[in-house]
Amino acid sequence: MLLDFEQPIADFESKLNSFKELNAKNLENQAIQQAINTFEQELIKLKKETFENLTRWQRVQLSRHPERPYTLDYLENICEEFIEIHGDRNFADDPAMIGGFGTIEGQTVMFIGQQKGRNTKQRQYRNFGMANPEGYRKALRLMKMAEKFDKPVVCLIDTPGAFPGIEAEERGQAEAIARNIRDMFMLKVPVICIIIGEGASGGALGIAIGDKVLMLENTWYSVISPESCSSILWRSWEYKEQAAQALKPTAKDMLGFGLIDGIIPEPLGGAHTNPKETFDTVKKVIIDELTKLSAASPQERILNRIEKFGKMGVFVE
Amino acid sequence: MSWFNREEKNIKTQTTEKKETPDGLWYQCPSCKYVMTTREHKVNHSVCSSCGHHERISAADYFAVLFDDNTFTELDANMSSGDPLTFTDSKAYPKRIVATQANTGLKDALRTAHGKMNGIEITVSCMDFSFIGGSMGSVVGEKIARGIDNAIKMQTPFIMISRSGGARMQEAGYSLMQMAKTSARLALLAEAKLPYISLMTDPTTGGVSASYAMLGDFNVAEPNALIGFAGPRVIRETIGKDLPKGFQTSEYLLDHGFLDFIVKRTEVKTKFTQLLSMLKP
Ligand SMILES: [Zn+2]
Repeated sequence: MLLDFEQPIADFESKLNSFKELNAKNLENQAIQQAINTFEQELIKLKKETFENLTRWQRVQLSRHPERPYTLDYLENICEEFIEIHGDRNFADDPAMIGGFGTIEGQTVMFIGQQKGRNTKQRQYRNFGMANPEGYRKALRLMKMAEKFDKPVVCLIDTPGAFPGIEAEERGQAEAIARNIRDMFMLKVPVICIIIGEGASGGALGIAIGDKVLMLENTWYSVISPESCSSILWRSWEYKEQAAQALKPTAKDMLGFGLIDGIIPEPLGGAHTNPKETFDTVKKVIIDELTKLSAASPQERILNRIEKFGKMGVFVE
Repeated sequence: MSWFNREEKNIKTQTTEKKETPDGLWYQCPSCKYVMTTREHKVNHSVCSSCGHHERISAADYFAVLFDDNTFTELDANMSSGDPLTFTDSKAYPKRIVATQANTGLKDALRTAHGKMNGIEITVSCMDFSFIGGSMGSVVGEKIARGIDNAIKMQTPFIMISRSGGARMQEAGYSLMQMAKTSARLALLAEAKLPYISLMTDPTTGGVSASYAMLGDFNVAEPNALIGFAGPRVIRETIGKDLPKGFQTSEYLLDHGFLDFIVKRTEVKTKFTQLLSMLKP
Protein backbone atom coordinates (compact mmCIF):
# COMPACT_ATOMS: atom_id res chain seq x y z
CA MET A 1 0.00 0.00 0.00
CA LEU A 2 1.20 3.50 -0.83
CA LEU A 3 0.39 6.73 0.94
CA ASP A 4 -0.22 9.66 -1.42
CA PHE A 5 3.17 11.24 -0.69
CA GLU A 6 4.88 7.89 -1.26
CA GLN A 7 3.51 7.66 -4.82
CA PRO A 8 6.02 9.98 -6.58
CA ILE A 9 8.88 8.10 -4.93
CA ALA A 10 7.45 4.73 -5.98
CA ASP A 11 7.05 5.99 -9.56
CA PHE A 12 10.65 7.13 -9.53
CA GLU A 13 11.81 3.81 -8.12
CA SER A 14 10.01 1.79 -10.80
CA LYS A 15 11.58 3.98 -13.50
CA LEU A 16 14.99 3.39 -11.97
CA ASN A 17 14.34 -0.33 -11.83
CA SER A 18 13.46 -0.48 -15.51
CA PHE A 19 16.78 1.22 -16.29
CA LYS A 20 18.54 -1.31 -14.11
CA GLU A 21 16.90 -4.16 -16.02
CA LEU A 22 17.91 -2.56 -19.26
CA ASN A 23 21.44 -2.23 -17.99
CA ALA A 24 21.57 -5.89 -17.05
CA LYS A 25 20.73 -6.82 -20.64
CA ASN A 26 23.21 -4.35 -22.17
CA LEU A 27 26.35 -4.96 -20.19
CA GLU A 28 28.71 -2.02 -19.77
CA ASN A 29 26.54 0.50 -21.53
CA GLN A 30 28.02 3.70 -20.18
CA ALA A 31 25.09 5.94 -21.05
CA ILE A 32 22.61 3.75 -19.17
CA GLN A 33 24.97 3.42 -16.21
CA GLN A 34 25.32 7.18 -16.05
CA ALA A 35 21.56 7.64 -16.17
CA ILE A 36 21.19 5.15 -13.34
CA ASN A 37 23.72 7.02 -11.22
CA THR A 38 21.93 10.30 -11.80
CA PHE A 39 18.56 8.72 -11.08
CA GLU A 40 19.83 7.21 -7.86
CA GLN A 41 21.08 10.55 -6.62
CA GLU A 42 17.82 12.20 -7.65
CA LEU A 43 15.87 9.53 -5.81
CA ILE A 44 17.77 10.13 -2.57
CA LYS A 45 17.20 13.84 -2.99
CA LEU A 46 13.48 13.34 -3.60
CA LYS A 47 13.16 11.04 -0.60
CA LYS A 48 15.01 13.48 1.63
CA GLU A 49 12.92 16.40 0.45
CA THR A 50 9.69 14.46 0.93
CA PHE A 51 10.45 13.02 4.33
CA GLU A 52 12.11 16.05 5.84
CA ASN A 53 9.08 18.16 4.95
CA LEU A 54 6.24 15.87 5.92
CA THR A 55 3.29 17.58 7.55
CA ARG A 56 2.27 16.41 10.97
CA TRP A 57 -0.74 14.64 9.51
CA GLN A 58 1.50 12.80 7.03
CA ARG A 59 3.64 11.56 9.94
CA VAL A 60 0.47 10.35 11.64
CA GLN A 61 -0.32 8.46 8.44
CA LEU A 62 3.17 6.92 8.42
CA SER A 63 2.76 5.85 12.06
CA ARG A 64 -0.28 3.84 10.93
CA HIS A 65 1.22 2.47 7.74
CA PRO A 66 -0.21 -1.05 7.30
CA GLU A 67 3.28 -2.41 6.57
CA ARG A 68 4.90 -0.77 9.57
CA PRO A 69 6.61 -3.19 11.98
CA TYR A 70 4.49 -4.08 15.02
CA THR A 71 5.55 -5.15 18.50
CA LEU A 72 5.91 -8.88 17.75
CA ASP A 73 7.96 -8.07 14.61
CA TYR A 74 10.46 -6.26 16.81
CA LEU A 75 10.61 -9.10 19.31
CA GLU A 76 11.09 -11.71 16.59
CA ASN A 77 13.94 -9.73 15.13
CA ILE A 78 15.80 -8.30 18.09
CA CYS A 79 15.52 -11.13 20.62
CA GLU A 80 17.57 -14.29 20.41
CA GLU A 81 14.85 -15.99 22.43
CA PHE A 82 11.38 -14.92 23.48
CA ILE A 83 8.80 -16.61 25.67
CA GLU A 84 5.38 -15.05 25.57
CA ILE A 85 3.51 -14.91 28.87
CA HIS A 86 -0.26 -14.65 28.88
CA GLY A 87 -3.07 -13.58 31.14
CA ASP A 88 -3.79 -11.16 33.94
CA ARG A 89 -4.44 -13.99 36.50
CA ASN A 90 -7.83 -12.45 37.07
CA PHE A 91 -10.10 -12.38 34.07
CA ALA A 92 -8.57 -13.17 30.69
CA ASP A 93 -5.68 -12.91 28.31
CA ASP A 94 -5.79 -9.78 26.17
CA PRO A 95 -4.36 -10.35 22.68
CA ALA A 96 -4.11 -6.56 22.19
CA MET A 97 -1.39 -6.42 24.86
CA ILE A 98 1.43 -8.90 24.65
CA GLY A 99 4.43 -9.53 26.85
CA GLY A 100 7.10 -11.93 27.91
CA PHE A 101 10.75 -12.48 28.70
CA GLY A 102 13.21 -12.19 25.85
CA THR A 103 16.95 -12.10 25.56
CA ILE A 104 18.81 -9.37 23.77
CA GLU A 105 22.55 -9.99 23.41
CA GLY A 106 22.26 -12.49 26.21
CA GLN A 107 20.54 -10.10 28.60
CA THR A 108 17.03 -11.00 29.80
CA VAL A 109 14.46 -8.25 29.36
CA MET A 110 10.71 -8.12 30.02
CA PHE A 111 9.07 -6.89 26.83
CA ILE A 112 5.52 -5.53 26.88
CA GLY A 113 3.58 -3.86 24.10
CA GLN A 114 0.31 -3.37 22.32
CA GLN A 115 -0.10 -5.58 19.29
CA LYS A 116 -1.95 -4.69 16.09
CA GLY A 117 -3.07 -7.17 13.46
CA ARG A 118 -1.87 -7.38 9.89
CA ASN A 119 -5.03 -8.65 8.12
CA THR A 120 -8.75 -8.31 8.84
CA LYS A 121 -8.93 -11.45 10.96
CA GLN A 122 -5.79 -10.58 12.94
CA ARG A 123 -6.88 -7.01 13.36
CA GLN A 124 -10.11 -8.18 14.98
CA TYR A 125 -8.25 -10.71 17.13
CA ARG A 126 -5.87 -7.99 18.31
CA ASN A 127 -8.75 -5.53 18.68
CA PHE A 128 -6.80 -3.02 16.55
CA GLY A 129 -4.23 -2.68 19.33
CA MET A 130 -6.83 -1.35 21.77
CA ALA A 131 -6.30 -3.09 25.09
CA ASN A 132 -8.95 -3.90 27.65
CA PRO A 133 -8.40 -3.60 31.41
CA GLU A 134 -7.06 -7.16 31.55
CA GLY A 135 -4.35 -6.08 29.08
CA TYR A 136 -3.17 -3.31 31.38
CA ARG A 137 -3.38 -5.67 34.36
CA LYS A 138 -1.36 -8.29 32.53
CA ALA A 139 1.22 -5.63 31.70
CA LEU A 140 1.53 -4.63 35.35
CA ARG A 141 1.74 -8.25 36.46
CA LEU A 142 4.64 -8.79 34.08
CA MET A 143 6.39 -5.61 35.18
CA LYS A 144 6.20 -6.70 38.82
CA MET A 145 7.51 -10.11 37.87
CA ALA A 146 10.42 -8.44 36.07
CA GLU A 147 11.08 -6.42 39.21
CA LYS A 148 11.05 -9.58 41.31
CA PHE A 149 13.73 -11.17 39.14
CA ASP A 150 15.62 -7.91 38.71
CA LYS A 151 15.17 -7.76 34.94
CA PRO A 152 14.68 -4.48 33.06
CA VAL A 153 11.37 -3.63 31.35
CA VAL A 154 11.03 -2.44 27.76
CA CYS A 155 7.59 -1.27 26.62
CA LEU A 156 6.75 -0.87 22.95
CA ILE A 157 3.78 1.45 22.53
CA ASP A 158 1.50 1.26 19.51
CA THR A 159 -2.17 1.93 20.17
CA PRO A 160 -5.01 4.08 18.84
CA GLY A 161 -6.26 4.13 22.44
CA ALA A 162 -7.51 1.94 25.26
CA PHE A 163 -10.68 0.17 24.15
CA PRO A 164 -13.86 2.18 24.77
CA GLY A 165 -16.45 -0.57 25.31
CA ILE A 166 -19.12 -1.62 27.78
CA GLU A 167 -17.11 -4.53 29.19
CA ALA A 168 -13.97 -2.41 29.39
CA GLU A 169 -15.83 0.07 31.58
CA GLU A 170 -17.45 -2.72 33.55
CA ARG A 171 -14.03 -4.14 34.39
CA GLY A 172 -12.50 -0.78 35.29
CA GLN A 173 -10.51 0.55 32.32
CA ALA A 174 -9.82 3.81 34.15
CA GLU A 175 -8.68 2.08 37.32
CA ALA A 176 -6.41 -0.31 35.43
CA ILE A 177 -4.64 2.48 33.55
CA ALA A 178 -4.37 4.71 36.61
CA ARG A 179 -2.81 1.92 38.68
CA ASN A 180 -0.26 1.14 35.97
CA ILE A 181 0.79 4.77 35.71
CA ARG A 182 1.29 5.10 39.45
CA ASP A 183 2.97 1.74 40.00
CA MET A 184 5.38 2.13 37.07
CA PHE A 185 6.90 5.09 38.89
CA MET A 186 7.94 2.81 41.73
CA LEU A 187 9.45 -0.03 39.69
CA LYS A 188 12.96 -0.73 40.97
CA VAL A 189 14.23 -1.98 37.62
CA PRO A 190 15.14 0.18 34.58
CA VAL A 191 12.18 0.96 32.32
CA ILE A 192 12.49 2.01 28.68
CA CYS A 193 9.39 3.02 26.71
CA ILE A 194 9.45 3.35 22.94
CA ILE A 195 6.57 4.69 20.85
CA ILE A 196 6.85 2.53 17.73
CA GLY A 197 3.60 3.64 16.05
CA GLU A 198 0.66 5.38 17.64
CA GLY A 199 0.73 6.74 21.17
CA ALA A 200 -2.87 7.67 21.87
CA SER A 201 -3.66 9.14 25.22
CA GLY A 202 -4.14 7.19 28.45
CA GLY A 203 -4.12 3.93 26.52
CA ALA A 204 -0.49 4.63 25.61
CA LEU A 205 0.51 6.21 28.91
CA GLY A 206 -0.70 3.11 30.77
CA ILE A 207 2.55 1.41 29.72
CA ALA A 208 4.67 4.50 29.04
CA ILE A 209 6.14 5.66 32.36
CA GLY A 210 9.85 5.12 31.94
CA ASP A 211 13.37 6.22 32.78
CA LYS A 212 13.72 6.79 29.04
CA VAL A 213 10.72 7.55 26.87
CA LEU A 214 11.69 7.52 23.21
CA MET A 215 9.76 7.95 19.99
CA LEU A 216 10.56 6.55 16.60
CA GLU A 217 10.87 9.35 14.08
CA ASN A 218 7.52 8.84 12.33
CA THR A 219 5.20 8.27 15.26
CA TRP A 220 2.76 10.40 17.21
CA TYR A 221 1.99 10.71 20.90
CA SER A 222 -0.68 12.94 22.35
CA VAL A 223 -3.75 13.25 24.52
CA ILE A 224 -6.15 12.53 21.66
CA SER A 225 -6.03 11.45 18.01
CA PRO A 226 -6.25 14.19 15.38
CA GLU A 227 -9.57 12.73 14.18
CA SER A 228 -11.20 12.75 17.61
CA CYS A 229 -9.80 16.19 18.34
CA SER A 230 -11.28 17.41 15.05
CA SER A 231 -14.68 15.94 15.89
CA ILE A 232 -14.75 17.60 19.30
CA LEU A 233 -13.21 21.01 18.64
CA TRP A 234 -14.27 21.49 15.01
CA ARG A 235 -17.42 19.38 15.35
CA SER A 236 -16.51 17.42 12.21
CA TRP A 237 -14.12 14.63 11.28
CA GLU A 238 -12.88 16.68 8.31
CA TYR A 239 -10.36 18.84 10.15
CA LYS A 240 -7.86 16.12 11.05
CA GLU A 241 -4.98 17.89 9.28
CA GLN A 242 -5.62 21.09 11.23
CA ALA A 243 -6.06 19.09 14.43
CA ALA A 244 -2.73 17.34 13.83
CA GLN A 245 -1.05 20.70 13.27
CA ALA A 246 -2.61 22.09 16.46
CA LEU A 247 -1.85 19.07 18.67
CA LYS A 248 1.84 19.01 17.68
CA PRO A 249 2.09 15.27 18.39
CA THR A 250 5.19 14.28 16.39
CA ALA A 251 8.45 13.04 17.85
CA LYS A 252 10.14 16.34 17.02
CA ASP A 253 7.33 18.32 18.70
CA MET A 254 7.29 16.15 21.79
CA LEU A 255 11.07 16.31 22.18
CA GLY A 256 10.93 20.09 21.75
CA PHE A 257 8.41 20.28 24.59
CA GLY A 258 10.61 18.13 26.81
CA LEU A 259 7.84 15.55 27.08
CA ILE A 260 10.00 12.70 25.75
CA ASP A 261 13.71 11.93 26.12
CA GLY A 262 14.76 11.25 22.55
CA ILE A 263 13.99 10.34 18.97
CA ILE A 264 15.04 7.10 17.28
CA PRO A 265 15.76 7.78 13.60
CA GLU A 266 14.00 5.66 10.98
CA PRO A 267 15.34 4.64 7.58
CA LEU A 268 14.74 7.25 4.92
CA GLY A 269 11.17 6.56 3.75
CA GLY A 270 9.97 5.23 7.10
CA ALA A 271 10.38 2.10 9.22
CA HIS A 272 8.37 -0.08 6.83
CA THR A 273 10.72 0.58 3.91
CA ASN A 274 13.62 -1.07 5.71
CA PRO A 275 12.44 -3.06 8.73
CA LYS A 276 15.83 -4.71 9.27
CA GLU A 277 17.58 -1.36 9.64
CA THR A 278 14.80 -0.28 12.03
CA PHE A 279 15.18 -3.41 14.19
CA ASP A 280 18.97 -2.97 14.32
CA THR A 281 18.65 0.67 15.36
CA VAL A 282 16.07 -0.08 18.06
CA LYS A 283 18.10 -3.01 19.36
CA LYS A 284 21.20 -0.85 19.66
CA VAL A 285 19.26 1.90 21.44
CA ILE A 286 17.81 -0.58 23.95
CA ILE A 287 21.24 -2.04 24.72
CA ASP A 288 22.89 1.38 25.05
CA GLU A 289 20.15 2.83 27.23
CA LEU A 290 20.02 -0.22 29.49
CA THR A 291 23.77 0.01 30.03
CA LYS A 292 23.46 3.66 31.01
CA LEU A 293 20.44 3.12 33.26
CA SER A 294 22.03 0.16 35.04
CA ALA A 295 24.70 2.50 36.38
CA ALA A 296 22.16 4.23 38.64
CA SER A 297 20.68 2.74 41.80
CA PRO A 298 16.97 1.79 41.88
CA GLN A 299 16.30 4.67 44.25
CA GLU A 300 18.01 7.16 41.93
CA ARG A 301 16.07 5.88 38.95
CA ILE A 302 12.74 6.16 40.79
CA LEU A 303 13.45 9.68 42.00
CA ASN A 304 14.63 10.81 38.56
CA ARG A 305 11.54 9.29 36.98
CA ILE A 306 9.21 11.11 39.38
CA GLU A 307 11.14 14.36 39.02
CA LYS A 308 11.19 14.18 35.22
CA PHE A 309 7.42 13.87 34.88
CA GLY A 310 6.99 16.35 37.73
CA LYS A 311 8.59 19.08 35.63
CA MET A 312 6.16 18.64 32.74
CA GLY A 313 3.75 21.53 32.48
CA VAL A 314 3.61 25.18 31.48
CA PHE A 315 1.88 27.76 33.65
CA VAL A 316 2.29 31.26 35.01
CA GLU A 317 2.11 32.39 38.64
CA MET B 1 -23.59 19.15 65.34
CA SER B 2 -22.04 22.51 65.83
CA TRP B 3 -20.42 22.76 62.41
CA PHE B 4 -23.79 22.42 60.75
CA ASN B 5 -25.36 25.26 62.78
CA ARG B 6 -22.53 27.57 61.98
CA GLU B 7 -22.93 26.89 58.35
CA GLU B 8 -26.63 27.60 58.56
CA LYS B 9 -25.85 31.03 59.95
CA ASN B 10 -23.67 31.74 56.95
CA ILE B 11 -26.44 30.76 54.62
CA LYS B 12 -28.94 33.03 56.40
CA THR B 13 -26.92 36.10 55.56
CA GLN B 14 -26.80 35.10 51.94
CA THR B 15 -30.55 34.53 51.82
CA THR B 16 -31.28 37.90 53.37
CA GLU B 17 -29.45 39.50 50.49
CA LYS B 18 -31.29 37.35 47.99
CA LYS B 19 -34.71 38.48 49.30
CA GLU B 20 -34.30 41.70 47.39
CA THR B 21 -34.40 39.68 44.16
CA PRO B 22 -37.54 37.53 44.29
CA ASP B 23 -36.37 35.41 41.33
CA GLY B 24 -33.59 34.03 43.47
CA LEU B 25 -36.02 32.90 46.17
CA TRP B 26 -37.08 29.63 44.58
CA TYR B 27 -35.21 26.68 43.19
CA GLN B 28 -36.83 24.09 40.99
CA CYS B 29 -35.12 20.70 40.85
CA PRO B 30 -34.31 19.86 37.20
CA SER B 31 -34.72 16.17 37.97
CA CYS B 32 -38.06 15.92 39.82
CA LYS B 33 -39.38 19.48 39.36
CA TYR B 34 -39.84 19.83 43.12
CA VAL B 35 -39.80 23.48 44.17
CA MET B 36 -37.98 24.57 47.29
CA THR B 37 -36.65 27.84 48.60
CA THR B 38 -33.16 28.80 47.52
CA ARG B 39 -32.27 28.87 51.19
CA GLU B 40 -33.45 25.31 51.75
CA HIS B 41 -31.50 24.21 48.66
CA LYS B 42 -28.35 26.01 49.83
CA VAL B 43 -28.56 24.68 53.36
CA ASN B 44 -28.88 21.26 51.81
CA HIS B 45 -25.63 21.87 49.86
CA SER B 46 -27.52 22.09 46.54
CA VAL B 47 -29.09 18.67 46.98
CA CYS B 48 -32.80 18.34 46.19
CA SER B 49 -34.67 17.56 49.41
CA SER B 50 -37.26 15.59 47.49
CA CYS B 51 -35.34 13.29 45.11
CA GLY B 52 -31.76 13.79 46.26
CA HIS B 53 -30.55 15.21 42.93
CA HIS B 54 -27.04 16.60 43.44
CA GLU B 55 -26.59 19.82 41.54
CA ARG B 56 -23.06 20.50 40.27
CA ILE B 57 -21.37 22.87 42.69
CA SER B 58 -18.16 24.86 42.60
CA ALA B 59 -14.91 24.31 44.47
CA ALA B 60 -15.89 27.30 46.65
CA ASP B 61 -19.17 25.56 47.54
CA TYR B 62 -17.35 22.33 48.32
CA PHE B 63 -14.87 24.11 50.55
CA ALA B 64 -17.90 25.43 52.44
CA VAL B 65 -19.17 21.85 52.76
CA LEU B 66 -15.91 20.55 54.20
CA PHE B 67 -14.02 23.25 56.10
CA ASP B 68 -15.04 24.34 59.60
CA ASP B 69 -16.57 27.83 59.52
CA ASN B 70 -15.71 27.86 55.81
CA THR B 71 -12.23 28.86 56.93
CA PHE B 72 -9.27 27.69 54.86
CA THR B 73 -5.98 28.78 53.32
CA GLU B 74 -5.93 28.59 49.57
CA LEU B 75 -2.74 27.40 47.84
CA ASP B 76 -1.41 28.58 44.47
CA ALA B 77 -4.50 30.75 43.98
CA ASN B 78 -2.94 32.77 41.18
CA MET B 79 -1.60 29.99 39.00
CA SER B 80 -2.81 30.37 35.46
CA SER B 81 -2.41 28.55 32.17
CA GLY B 82 0.36 29.10 29.63
CA ASP B 83 -0.01 28.39 25.92
CA PRO B 84 2.90 26.09 25.10
CA LEU B 85 1.42 24.89 21.81
CA THR B 86 0.05 28.25 20.59
CA PHE B 87 -3.14 26.25 20.16
CA THR B 88 -5.96 27.66 18.07
CA ASP B 89 -9.25 26.04 17.17
CA SER B 90 -12.25 28.35 16.76
CA LYS B 91 -10.51 30.64 19.25
CA ALA B 92 -6.89 31.12 20.30
CA TYR B 93 -6.31 29.26 23.59
CA PRO B 94 -5.07 32.29 25.58
CA LYS B 95 -8.21 34.19 24.53
CA ARG B 96 -10.36 31.27 25.61
CA ILE B 97 -8.59 31.25 28.99
CA VAL B 98 -9.00 35.00 29.52
CA ALA B 99 -12.67 34.89 28.50
CA THR B 100 -13.35 31.92 30.79
CA GLN B 101 -11.54 33.62 33.66
CA ALA B 102 -13.71 36.70 33.17
CA ASN B 103 -16.93 34.65 32.99
CA THR B 104 -16.24 32.43 35.96
CA GLY B 105 -14.06 34.54 38.21
CA LEU B 106 -11.78 31.49 38.41
CA LYS B 107 -8.13 31.17 37.38
CA ASP B 108 -8.42 27.58 36.19
CA ALA B 109 -10.39 24.38 36.71
CA LEU B 110 -9.09 23.49 40.18
CA ARG B 111 -8.56 25.07 43.58
CA THR B 112 -6.51 23.71 46.46
CA ALA B 113 -6.90 24.63 50.12
CA HIS B 114 -5.93 23.40 53.53
CA GLY B 115 -7.78 23.89 56.76
CA LYS B 116 -9.73 22.00 59.39
CA MET B 117 -12.59 19.56 58.93
CA ASN B 118 -14.21 18.98 62.32
CA GLY B 119 -10.83 19.82 63.78
CA ILE B 120 -8.83 17.48 61.52
CA GLU B 121 -6.21 19.19 59.34
CA ILE B 122 -6.86 18.31 55.69
CA THR B 123 -5.59 19.33 52.25
CA VAL B 124 -8.26 19.44 49.56
CA SER B 125 -8.07 19.92 45.80
CA CYS B 126 -11.42 20.47 44.11
CA MET B 127 -12.27 20.87 40.45
CA ASP B 128 -14.50 23.53 38.94
CA PHE B 129 -16.56 22.18 36.06
CA SER B 130 -17.54 25.66 34.89
CA PHE B 131 -13.93 26.25 33.76
CA ILE B 132 -13.72 24.57 30.31
CA GLY B 133 -15.58 21.49 31.51
CA GLY B 134 -13.22 21.00 34.44
CA SER B 135 -10.58 19.99 31.93
CA MET B 136 -7.14 19.00 33.18
CA GLY B 137 -4.17 20.93 31.84
CA SER B 138 -0.84 21.96 33.36
CA VAL B 139 -2.42 24.15 36.03
CA VAL B 140 -4.72 21.40 37.30
CA GLY B 141 -1.86 18.89 37.34
CA GLU B 142 0.63 21.20 39.02
CA LYS B 143 -1.84 22.36 41.65
CA ILE B 144 -2.73 18.77 42.55
CA ALA B 145 0.97 17.88 42.71
CA ARG B 146 1.63 20.80 45.04
CA GLY B 147 -1.48 19.99 47.06
CA ILE B 148 -0.06 16.52 47.64
CA ASP B 149 3.32 18.04 48.52
CA ASN B 150 1.51 20.21 51.07
CA ALA B 151 -0.24 17.15 52.52
CA ILE B 152 3.13 15.39 52.88
CA LYS B 153 4.82 18.45 54.36
CA MET B 154 2.02 19.13 56.85
CA GLN B 155 1.27 15.43 57.37
CA THR B 156 -2.40 15.82 56.52
CA PRO B 157 -4.73 13.49 54.62
CA PHE B 158 -5.37 14.50 51.01
CA ILE B 159 -8.89 14.79 49.62
CA MET B 160 -9.39 15.12 45.87
CA ILE B 161 -12.81 16.13 44.56
CA SER B 162 -13.02 15.42 40.82
CA ARG B 163 -15.53 16.87 38.41
CA SER B 164 -14.12 16.82 34.90
CA GLY B 165 -14.67 15.67 31.35
CA GLY B 166 -10.97 14.73 31.14
CA ALA B 167 -7.78 16.18 29.76
CA ARG B 168 -7.65 19.64 28.17
CA MET B 169 -7.06 19.18 24.45
CA GLN B 170 -5.58 22.64 24.01
CA GLU B 171 -2.53 21.54 26.02
CA ALA B 172 -2.29 18.21 24.18
CA GLY B 173 0.86 16.31 25.26
CA TYR B 174 1.25 18.47 28.36
CA SER B 175 -2.28 17.55 29.50
CA LEU B 176 -1.53 13.88 29.02
CA MET B 177 1.57 14.13 31.20
CA GLN B 178 -0.44 15.63 34.06
CA MET B 179 -1.87 12.14 34.52
CA ALA B 180 1.69 10.94 35.07
CA LYS B 181 2.73 13.86 37.26
CA THR B 182 -0.23 13.55 39.64
CA SER B 183 0.00 9.75 39.84
CA ALA B 184 3.71 9.99 40.68
CA ARG B 185 2.96 12.32 43.58
CA LEU B 186 0.23 9.98 44.80
CA ALA B 187 2.82 7.21 44.89
CA LEU B 188 4.88 9.43 47.23
CA LEU B 189 1.80 10.18 49.33
CA ALA B 190 1.21 6.45 49.69
CA GLU B 191 4.86 5.95 50.74
CA ALA B 192 4.28 8.61 53.41
CA LYS B 193 1.31 6.51 54.60
CA LEU B 194 -1.07 9.44 54.49
CA PRO B 195 -4.72 8.74 53.63
CA TYR B 196 -6.00 9.73 50.21
CA ILE B 197 -9.75 10.03 49.67
CA SER B 198 -10.83 10.48 46.05
CA LEU B 199 -14.37 11.80 45.80
CA MET B 200 -15.79 11.53 42.30
CA THR B 201 -18.67 13.80 41.40
CA ASP B 202 -20.68 14.24 38.21
CA PRO B 203 -18.93 13.87 35.78
CA THR B 204 -15.53 12.19 36.26
CA THR B 205 -14.26 10.79 32.96
CA GLY B 206 -11.27 10.48 30.63
CA GLY B 207 -7.75 11.24 31.78
CA VAL B 208 -8.96 12.35 35.20
CA SER B 209 -10.62 9.02 35.97
CA ALA B 210 -7.64 7.16 34.46
CA SER B 211 -5.23 8.81 36.87
CA TYR B 212 -5.71 10.49 40.26
CA ALA B 213 -9.49 9.97 40.58
CA MET B 214 -9.17 6.17 40.63
CA LEU B 215 -6.10 6.02 42.86
CA GLY B 216 -7.66 6.73 46.24
CA ASP B 217 -7.15 4.58 49.27
CA PHE B 218 -10.86 5.29 49.23
CA ASN B 219 -12.55 5.76 45.90
CA VAL B 220 -15.94 7.23 46.72
CA ALA B 221 -18.60 9.07 44.77
CA GLU B 222 -21.67 11.22 45.09
CA PRO B 223 -24.90 9.42 44.10
CA ASN B 224 -25.77 9.08 40.42
CA ALA B 225 -22.55 10.68 39.11
CA LEU B 226 -21.28 9.77 35.64
CA ILE B 227 -17.93 8.03 36.10
CA GLY B 228 -15.93 6.25 33.43
CA PHE B 229 -12.91 6.15 31.18
CA ALA B 230 -14.58 6.68 27.80
CA GLY B 231 -17.57 8.96 27.53
CA PRO B 232 -20.95 7.34 26.76
CA ARG B 233 -21.10 8.93 23.28
CA VAL B 234 -17.73 7.49 22.26
CA ILE B 235 -18.69 4.02 23.51
CA ARG B 236 -22.05 4.14 21.71
CA GLU B 237 -20.32 5.16 18.47
CA THR B 238 -17.62 2.48 18.82
CA ILE B 239 -19.85 -0.48 19.54
CA GLY B 240 -22.93 0.76 17.67
CA LYS B 241 -25.25 -0.34 20.44
CA ASP B 242 -27.35 1.39 23.06
CA LEU B 243 -25.85 1.46 26.51
CA PRO B 244 -27.49 -0.39 29.40
CA LYS B 245 -29.59 1.64 31.81
CA GLY B 246 -27.60 3.08 34.67
CA PHE B 247 -24.30 2.40 32.86
CA GLN B 248 -21.32 4.35 34.28
CA THR B 249 -23.26 5.71 37.25
CA SER B 250 -21.84 5.69 40.76
CA GLU B 251 -24.20 2.85 41.62
CA TYR B 252 -22.97 0.83 38.62
CA LEU B 253 -19.35 1.31 39.68
CA LEU B 254 -20.17 0.31 43.24
CA ASP B 255 -21.85 -2.86 41.94
CA HIS B 256 -18.79 -3.70 39.86
CA GLY B 257 -16.38 -3.23 42.72
CA PHE B 258 -14.73 0.05 41.77
CA LEU B 259 -16.09 2.26 44.56
CA ASP B 260 -15.64 1.88 48.30
CA PHE B 261 -18.94 3.61 49.01
CA ILE B 262 -21.36 6.23 47.76
CA VAL B 263 -21.86 9.25 49.95
CA LYS B 264 -24.49 11.99 49.82
CA ARG B 265 -23.06 15.48 49.80
CA THR B 266 -24.98 16.29 52.97
CA GLU B 267 -23.13 13.46 54.71
CA VAL B 268 -19.66 13.87 53.20
CA LYS B 269 -18.20 15.87 56.04
CA THR B 270 -19.45 13.53 58.75
CA LYS B 271 -18.41 10.41 56.87
CA PHE B 272 -14.93 11.66 55.97
CA THR B 273 -14.42 12.82 59.54
CA GLN B 274 -15.38 9.38 60.86
CA LEU B 275 -13.13 7.64 58.39
CA LEU B 276 -10.08 9.83 58.95
CA SER B 277 -10.56 9.66 62.72
CA MET B 278 -10.37 5.87 62.52
CA LEU B 279 -7.12 6.10 60.60
CA LYS B 280 -5.37 8.37 63.07
CA PRO B 281 -2.07 6.86 64.12
ZN1 LIG C 1 -35.43 16.62 42.87
